[in-house]
This record gives sequence, structure tokens and C-alpha cells, in this order.
Amino acid sequence: MKRVNVVIVGAGAAGGVVAKELAVAGLSVVLLERGKWYTANDCRKDDLRNQRTSLLGNAFGPEDEGNPRVWVDAKGAAHTALASEGVYQNDAACVGGGTLSYGAQAWRYLPQDFRMRSTYGAPAGSSLEDWPIDYDELEPYYEKAEYEIGISGDYSGTPFHGPRKRPLPMPPLPPGREFGILEPAAKRLGLHPFHIPMARNSVPYNGRGPCMRCRWCVGFACEVDAKNGSQNTVIPIALGTGNCELRTECMVKEILTDDRGRARGVAYFDEAGHLQEQLCDLVVVSGCAVESARLLLNSKSRLFPDGLGNRYDQVGRNLQGHHYTGAVGFFDFETYDDIGPGATIAVSDYNHGTPGLCGGGMLANEFIRLPIHMIDRLPENTPSWGLGHKQAMRHWHKRCIQIFGPTQQIPTADARVTVDPTVKDKWGLPVARIAGNVHPHTFEIGEMQATRAEAWLKEAGAIHTSRMAGKAELVSAGQHQAGTCRMGEDLRSSVVDRDCRIHDVDNVFVIDSSVHVTNGGFNPALTIMAVAYFASDALKKNWKGTGFRS
Amino acid sequence: MVSRGNAGQLTRRQFVAAGALGGAALAVGCKGGRQGDWEFLSDGQARSLAVICDQIVPADDFPSASQTGVLNYIDRQLMRHYRRHREAYREGLEQAEELSRKQFGQEMSSLSEPQKLEMVEKLAVENSKFFWVVRNHTMEGYYGSPRHGGNRDAVSWRMLGLAEPPVRGRAQYDLTKYDPGGAAS
Repeated sequence: MKRVNVVIVGAGAAGGVVAKELAVAGLSVVLLERGKWYTANDCRKDDLRNQRTSLLGNAFGPEDEGNPRVWVDAKGAAHTALASEGVYQNDAACVGGGTLSYGAQAWRYLPQDFRMRSTYGAPAGSSLEDWPIDYDELEPYYEKAEYEIGISGDYSGTPFHGPRKRPLPMPPLPPGREFGILEPAAKRLGLHPFHIPMARNSVPYNGRGPCMRCRWCVGFACEVDAKNGSQNTVIPIALGTGNCELRTECMVKEILTDDRGRARGVAYFDEAGHLQEQLCDLVVVSGCAVESARLLLNSKSRLFPDGLGNRYDQVGRNLQGHHYTGAVGFFDFETYDDIGPGATIAVSDYNHGTPGLCGGGMLANEFIRLPIHMIDRLPENTPSWGLGHKQAMRHWHKRCIQIFGPTQQIPTADARVTVDPTVKDKWGLPVARIAGNVHPHTFEIGEMQATRAEAWLKEAGAIHTSRMAGKAELVSAGQHQAGTCRMGEDLRSSVVDRDCRIHDVDNVFVIDSSVHVTNGGFNPALTIMAVAYFASDALKKNWKGTGFRS
Repeated sequence: MVSRGNAGQLTRRQFVAAGALGGAALAVGCKGGRQGDWEFLSDGQARSLAVICDQIVPADDFPSASQTGVLNYIDRQLMRHYRRHREAYREGLEQAEELSRKQFGQEMSSLSEPQKLEMVEKLAVENSKFFWVVRNHTMEGYYGSPRHGGNRDAVSWRMLGLAEPPVRGRAQYDLTKYDPGGAAS
């Protein structure tokens, strides 16, 4: 197999951006993806089998068969998890990764989100840290992501955002009925409601048409291709250069190193299950927080007996995601308009600045609900089955609004990914083992967020509300997983430097949410992409033509 | 609200009629509208399961679980995604019948309506693990997509007032007339 300049492992939000940036710069790239490349023909609207509601499996991978993980409960007992179970902490396995089927909220983190330790101090027992880069350094790359991926929305209603040089490239979609109910209520409370930034065409953009506003959005691929992910933006550009080859259904086994401790390529199982070697000048790991950590930990050799980049036992630590908290409000009038994507209005007033709390989170209305989502979301004291339940479904389905959001988590070193000593996947590779939890202060923040959501709903006319808060038994990583190879200058408390290069090995990079030191109080996709543009720039600057030498 | 909605929507009277027909069909052994045998369940197991499912989603103005093919859904999934629940169904249904014989001296399907409710309430306490498996699967079959064998003719979606088939395409909405504060266009 022909040697190439770069192998990228994972064709998701970050891997797609890196592939495009490097291929356009003239480097030869092989992009390896363990999943498939789905098309609009695969976009069946199945409410029981999608990436959001996976009762009958994940629509875009991984399959339940042959892809187990292990999770450890609060008492320390280990359990095997199927890929469609919540405790698995899944992110999609396909070209585009999570961005094929996400809700497509495309947030910039706030300046304070990169300075959490400096802003609040680290709570005892936490591993809260600052990022080694700040908002201002990332700002041009946020802008680049907003324009290349294609973001609609309008920040003009809120003062709570970092400095920006250009407005978003597309206006927001027309507001839904919930927007009309929630906006005046938020303003009466002194809040600053505004249109959620979305990686979704509101007008024709990038050669594709606008959103048709169907109810099958979050969890589904878009059948009119109006939702923007890496699979319909940067990856096609990368392939169009002729410098990038995408190989799907290829599972990377390990990163191969030479006697001097540099990476020389990767070993992977191809579509037919045959073991292949792809040699290269540098390796970029973009498998998302759980799988990227797993690959490094499975890349053991004489020089790296505990895995690549893991000299100080840092790979896999600080696993975090988002603790989703808020409330459901029930109304004596119809609130539902059956127009997607549903989520339209948000406030960022509560992300920072509450005395006694280390951060907070954005609050927004929920994506459009499908009937199956309502069965356990009825008012408290509703019977869970029988005639009372059925009548409550009928009564409330169109008379409720859910407000919630991603509470910024306070990380701990004990919430971590390791590789399981016994359980293996269908390729015979040790699987990820997930244990631990975020710092308990996270749940105090979450309780406050639920109270705030209730207040907003009551102001909007809710006749009663149900809280969504509480303490999770396991770190809630899921689709927003992050932190397992965090950036930093200190070799003993981080895995990569500010350019996303592993401290130990000068030609291996981790570029994805793994490097997030903290994960903001927002959906992380745009930040993952911005960091990927930032790291790609640094990589191109250090590229010396034939081999990679820093 | 939607141009194709009227043609596709049943009137309430038609609903009730459909429900009654479904019930009658089940009573004479029709397999929830499908030809041939159940894929996993025995006829006896299906009879027992129908009693439980129909207490979880009973008939009122709209049909019950079994009348909309929920057994069909469960039966099919026990051969597909829910293979891991087969043992739970075998044992659970056997225990439920045992409970019924002990309590009422007859099998579940022969009980009166009030007895069936009492029976399932008892099951929910004495074998709550199995009951919750059935409860969740029944909800999935009743409120989930018709493609999996339940929710026949999208009856539950219509009950909730949702257009079926699901609206697709911008052409379905006249966004120029859309008033976010008022009724949906």
C-alpha cells in the first residue's frame, strides 16, 4: 500500500475538517472510518431506531452485535453494555460521525469557558483547568467553521457571547410557536432570548437547499441535505482535491511506532476484515473522546508499554460530556406546531456569573417531540400505564414545552476510559471501559438550572412543571463526550499540547473533543470544528514538505 | 393544517368501528392482521400477553394495544432486536398464568374486565421486572412507527392529533402565513 503523508482515524466533525485542510494544502491523506457513508436513501424516519432514540438500535452505528463496552457502576461492579444502551455513551460511527444526525446546534463557547480554573478556582477533588488557548485565538477559526460548514441564527438578541467580527452567514429559520410563547416570557424575566445558531440551511447555501422543517430532525439524517455536517461540506471538498482517499468500514487496531518512538503508520482491519498496514508521515486521531483514548491505550509497544501518549497515566482521564437539566412545563393551551427542527430559542444568561456556582449552562427549548418521547415525560402523578396514561398522552402531547440545556460539567481525574482486561470486540480488540463520575458540584449547578427552567416556563403560562435534574450514576459522556486527551503545557496533567500534538510523540496528533479541557455549557460540535481548523493550521505551518519535523 | 390530512384521517366513528373489528378479529384467532403463525409466541402465550398489553393501553374511544398490532410488534422484535428478552417473556407469561390460576382459578383471557385489571396490577407488584419490560415494549408498539408491526394505520399518532403520513417537504407548510403566536398554519 502506498505510503501517504497523513492518516486520519475517524471521519467525524474533526476528522473531516482536518482532511479538508490538509488535502487542500497538498498533503496526501487517507481518511479511515469504521462506519459507512450513508446517503439520503438511508434516511428512513424510524422513531425507534435512530441516533437519539435507539430502542431498536443505532441507525448510524455502531451495531449492537460485536461492539460491546464495559461500564462500572457506582458500587464498582462492571457490566457489559450494548451500543444502543445509554450507559454505552455512544457517538455515531459513520462518515460525518455525530454531525450526520445531530440536532446541529452550533455554539461558540464563551471566553470564560476557556478559563474555568482562573475564573472560579478548582473545587476540591476536581481536575478543573484552563485551556492553553483562549477564545480570542480561536475566534477566527470559529468564524471559518461558521462560514465553511454553514450556520444560521442570530446573536443580536444577547450580550452573552464573545467578540465576533462577522455575523452568521445565514439568518435564522422563521420562529416556531414555542418561540412565540417563550420569548416574551424570557424578556419579562429580564433575560436575553435569541435564535439558536444552527448548522442548518435556512436559505440555499453551499449548493444545497434550505430546511423543509419536518419533525424528523435530531437523531435522523436530513433527507433534503439541509443539515450541515462534515459529510456534506468538508469531506466532499477533501475528496475533490484528489489528495484524500476515504476508506470506510475500516477499524484501526493500533498506531505503529518505530524503534525511535515515532509513529510510522497504522494497522487496521479493512472492510473484509483483513489486517492492513498504512504507512504515513503522521497520524491524526479523531475518533471522539472514548474511541480516541481507546486507540492510544491499545497502541502498546516496547517504548510505550502503557499505550501511546500515556507516560503519565493521563490518557482517558477527565472524561466529561454534559449533564442535561431543565424542566417540562404543561399548559392549558396548545403549544405544539409540528414544525421542525423545534429548538429555536435559547438564553445564555445563566452560563456564568452566579455567585457560588462554577459556571452554568445554556437553556433552550427542546427539539420536536415524537410520541415515543412523551411516554415518560407526563406530569408527575400520572399513572405510568392504563387508561390514565393513555388519556394523559392524548391531553398533554400538544400542550407542553420542554426547556433544558447542557450544564457545564466540572471534571475529575477519576471519570475515565481505560481498556477492559477481558472483553473484546468483533475484531478481537480490547474494548473501552468507562468508570467514574464528574464532580458533585456539577449536580448543584444542574439543580439551579432546573429551577431556572421552571421559572421561565411558569412565566410563559405553564400550569405545572416537572423538573429534570438529579445525580447521574455514571459520567454522562454520550454524544458530547470530551476531555480524555486534554490539552495542556504540563506533561503530567495533559496529553497533547496547544497544537493537539501528543507530548511524547512528535508525529501523532489527537484532534477532536478529546482535547477539550472543559466542555462549555453548550453543544460542542462547532468548537470541535474550530479547534480542528486551529490545529490544522498549526500542522500545516510545521509541515516541511516530505516528512514531519517540528 | 395539512392538505393531505383530511383525506387520510379517519373520523372518530370510523376509529371505533376499526377498533371493534380488530377486537373481534383477535377473538377468533387472527394474528393481529398478519397471515400465518406468530414468529416467536405460541398461541397461548399470545393470548396471555394480549391481556397484559390491553391493560397497559386499554381501549376507549381509540383502540387498545392488541387491536393496533402491539403483539405483532413484540413478537417480531423477539425474533430481532429483542432476542435477549425471550426468556423473560417465556418465564414471565408462565408466572402470570400461574398467578391467575391461583388467584382466580382460570386463565387470564377468561377473566372478566375488572379481574384482568386486578390481575395485571398484581403482576406489576409481584413480577415488576417482567411487567416493566412488557409495559415499555407495549408503549413502543403502540406509539412507535407502524413499520415495526404495531400502531396499525398510525392510529396512536392520529389519536394525538398528528398528521399521518408524517408531513414532509416545505410545500406542506405555507410559511408566509405562519403566525408563531397563533394557530399553526
